[in-house]
Amino acid sequence: MGLILLLANFISGRGLGASGAIKSTIVTATIAVSPASAQTSGFIKEYTDKHTGSPMKNWLVFEMLGVLVGGFLSGAIAGRLKWKTEHSPKITSHKRLVLALFGGILFGWGSQMGRGCTSGSALSGMAVLSLGGFVTMMAIFGTAFALAYVFRKNWI
Amino acid sequence: MGPLAVNEFITENTNLFLAFVIGIGFGFVLEQSGFSSSRKLAGVFYGYDTVVLKVFFTGAITAMLGLLFFSLFGWVDLSLVYINPTYLTSAILGGVVMGAGFIMGGYCPGTSFCGASIGKIDAWIFIVGLFIGVGLFGGGYPIWEKLYWAKDLGDPKVSESLGISDGVFALILILVALGMFWVAEWAEKKFPQKEY
Repeated sequence: MGLILLLANFISGRGLGASGAIKSTIVTATIAVSPASAQTSGFIKEYTDKHTGSPMKNWLVFEMLGVLVGGFLSGAIAGRLKWKTEHSPKITSHKRLVLALFGGILFGWGSQMGRGCTSGSALSGMAVLSLGGFVTMMAIFGTAFALAYVFRKNWI
Repeated sequence: MGPLAVNEFITENTNLFLAFVIGIGFGFVLEQSGFSSSRKLAGVFYGYDTVVLKVFFTGAITAMLGLLFFSLFGWVDLSLVYINPTYLTSAILGGVVMGAGFIMGGYCPGTSFCGASIGKIDAWIFIVGLFIGVGLFGGGYPIWEKLYWAKDLGDPKVSESLGISDGVFALILILVALGMFWVAEWAEKKFPQKEY
């Protein structure tokens, strides 16, 4: 994984990321569905001010499409391709999926506030010795450890 | 020489194509390391499976050392490599909210795409949540805009902030990581959990 991250920095001068691709999609969708509200949104305006061209013609969007392909290939080789919901036997699939949804919402919000997720801010930030990368990494893992007891039934 | 794209050794379209190739590599190693499994990812917080911790830190340190050596050999101009800016308030607040999302949802964005690619339904639902979360942030942006830009420290390196050289910091980080791996090994023995 380190070598892939190194390669990204060497070739493109940037690290890996994931949440940015979701942001690009949201920006594209908002502009497509409601151009008027996109005009007034500070969130969208800051994005379009900084980026030229289509938000989907973006490094992270292409990279994340690659992640889907790469993960699928690896799963296919290892024989792990299977529709499945993973959870502790102590809870139902339904409860697991509700928690996954809320976890996703929090992570999505947090990734925008924190200027990147575990990949973009923590991992890639650490590789280039960014102070913010280390701070975010500690905040993510620290909070998850602190809350682990509360959500233990979900996992063990 | 590097970064190749910034120095225009390769065109923008080639760069995007290589982003796709790099993504394939990223997805492949994530899946091979077991990051497509939410229970494995969550395992690090209960001590029963700490592979994630090891791969994460080994990855960050490998890339960090690689960049430092590439810079030393003159292969890459570190001043052209993007360094994530530091806005202290949002870095902490975002991290805390992400940490809560991590322990609830069992994935982070990158790993959820990886899990989704091999058919994990919880990963697909997590991704739906991600879109809602990013949308909420965008929709309510005026509410937290001030927090988002608060405590702007520029883009300092952690080594500069601590007043030590990059190399010394890297060495300390390696020692810290080794210490953590040792604790992780101990935790895996102490809190075993059978696979389901």
